[in-house]
Amino acid sequence: MSSLSRIQKKKRRFNIISNVYSVLIYTILYIPILVMMIFSFNDQKYNYYWNGFTTKWYIKLLSDHALLDALWYSIIIAVLSTVISVFIATIGALGLKRYEFRMKRMVNNMLYIPIIVPEIVLAIALLIIFALVGFNLGMGSILIGHCTFCIPYAVVTIKGRISGDGDSLEEASMDLGANRIQTFMKVTLPSIMPGVMSAAFLAFTLSIDDVVMSNMLAGAKQSTLPVLILSMNKSGVTPDVNALTTIMILVIVFAMILNNVIQSALKKRRIKEENQ
Amino acid sequence: MGEAIVQLIDVDKSYGSNLVVKKMNMEIKEGEFLTLLGPSGCGKTTTLRMIAGFEDATSGIIMVQGERVEDKEPFERDVNTVFQSYALFPHMNVFDNVAYGLMIKKVPKAEIKTRVMEMLEMVQLSGYEKRKPDELSGGQNQRVAIARALVNNPKVLLLDEPLGALDLKLRKSMQIELKRLQKKLGITFVYVTHDQEEALTMSDRIAVMNGGIIDQLAAPMEIYNRPATRFVAGFIGESNIFDGIVKAIDGNTITVEAPQGIMQVTGEGFEVGEEIHVSVRPEAVNYGKEPVAGFDLQAKVLDFIYLGSTVKTTVSMNEGFEAKFTRFEQGLDLKEEDQLYLSWNPDKAVAIKKS
Repeated sequence: MSSLSRIQKKKRRFNIISNVYSVLIYTILYIPILVMMIFSFNDQKYNYYWNGFTTKWYIKLLSDHALLDALWYSIIIAVLSTVISVFIATIGALGLKRYEFRMKRMVNNMLYIPIIVPEIVLAIALLIIFALVGFNLGMGSILIGHCTFCIPYAVVTIKGRISGDGDSLEEASMDLGANRIQTFMKVTLPSIMPGVMSAAFLAFTLSIDDVVMSNMLAGAKQSTLPVLILSMNKSGVTPDVNALTTIMILVIVFAMILNNVIQSALKKRRIKEENQ
Repeated sequence: MGEAIVQLIDVDKSYGSNLVVKKMNMEIKEGEFLTLLGPSGCGKTTTLRMIAGFEDATSGIIMVQGERVEDKEPFERDVNTVFQSYALFPHMNVFDNVAYGLMIKKVPKAEIKTRVMEMLEMVQLSGYEKRKPDELSGGQNQRVAIARALVNNPKVLLLDEPLGALDLKLRKSMQIELKRLQKKLGITFVYVTHDQEEALTMSDRIAVMNGGIIDQLAAPMEIYNRPATRFVAGFIGESNIFDGIVKAIDGNTITVEAPQGIMQVTGEGFEVGEEIHVSVRPEAVNYGKEPVAGFDLQAKVLDFIYLGSTVKTTVSMNEGFEAKFTRFEQGLDLKEEDQLYLSWNPDKAVAIKKS
């Protein structure tokens, strides 16, 4: 039984190729991030060569108010625009999916225009409008800007998760004595929750790394983090930015791990309850 | 079985210019098992949904327990529904699904627990409380849906083709189970189906619907033996239906001339020269080598279908008409192409007015 059949050999060869391929892709994706993280501990002002280990960039970061203020500003804007756009998008998605009305198709298609139109065009359009009505640029204008591109993405994401038989779920709920508000809170919302959550993550991500809108609509006082980093980039990225991004990546990785741990713990508990 | 618990008075329902329920009048009695039976698009589900409150009647009166409900929301009506798609809440486990109605009504927690557990035991699902609907089979989900409705002690339970998605064997056993449950609880069941066999098996009374109208509302036996319209005769069970003209009347016996020949049927209230339908069940048809008095129906044997205990014989008659009769296998002495004369006991045939 030493010789493998031709098909088995073929399969084995294919497996090797596909493994090499996967490893290669992931390496290309992650090497830059890894290099950046390593260089955040580099005792050298420029990211050109390794000059020894240090944590001074982290200390410098903690005392760099401009950077920390920008980070804080970005987070507040991202959280607010996520909440606002997901709230609007949830109602919009339900309406577009569940109800029939005149010009529904047109309304549906118009949703894609902010996604397709280059962001810079939207940003300029908003800038003109704000100037016309005399709206002061600042956090408010950035929020409006971020919501304009977050809402369509969020609507599309949530709409995809609304199942076709939602009508009968809601009918069942009302049949069992729940009024419209109870039905929405206990049946409609929980059943589209996965979609709402993905929309929220998407909106948060879109908002926090947005540059174009944030730059055009920022006004004079405060920049968001990506805008600030970009402006610092003129003299080359300094290692304190490396340190900041390293912290951000670690926070994200930690959040993902925590999420997985919680999910699997919940699953274990459910299985245990079932066996009792 | 006594008082009317649900009443429909002159109920119309139209979608735009499309009238799906026409001037419907129906009384459903307390404690009965009533089936709305008909082909798809006959308005049976719409009727049920109007009672539940998911559809508004275009005009007419709907009463539940002597109270008008047309302007009431579904959650204000004392009826519960078992949906065709079950419509179980996917994010809740079996217990929470069944407890939903009681929880909304703010029944004390301890009482909810006892009542839900009792109900799950009744539908043989004890021990499944923590499962989610997607972890159960179709039959189990069906039971959850029934338990979820029944736990609220509704006066009327509305069932919209609840067994439609189950396979034949499971459907048969669920039919018997549902009927037993209904008898035991004494709750009025209004059941929608397009399966005439299911309707005959389970119902106290059947409303046969066709094109938004109730053609006949009667006990299964009467529906089968005395169909009121040509449609009912053709829809319930198998029937040979001849379209003819009344030739002579002698007391109760009517002689009919149809393109297939001369035949007799028992009936009242007909006049000579009137158009008439004669419906005969395959098991009532006799055959012989010579015509019988009052009959002249020539036929030629086409083929035989073996049905286990019986054999169904198809014969061809004038104008391409095909008639069928059934016999126990042992009694059959025919072969293909045999020439026959058909007849029957006029009492076993039904005379139906042209409508």
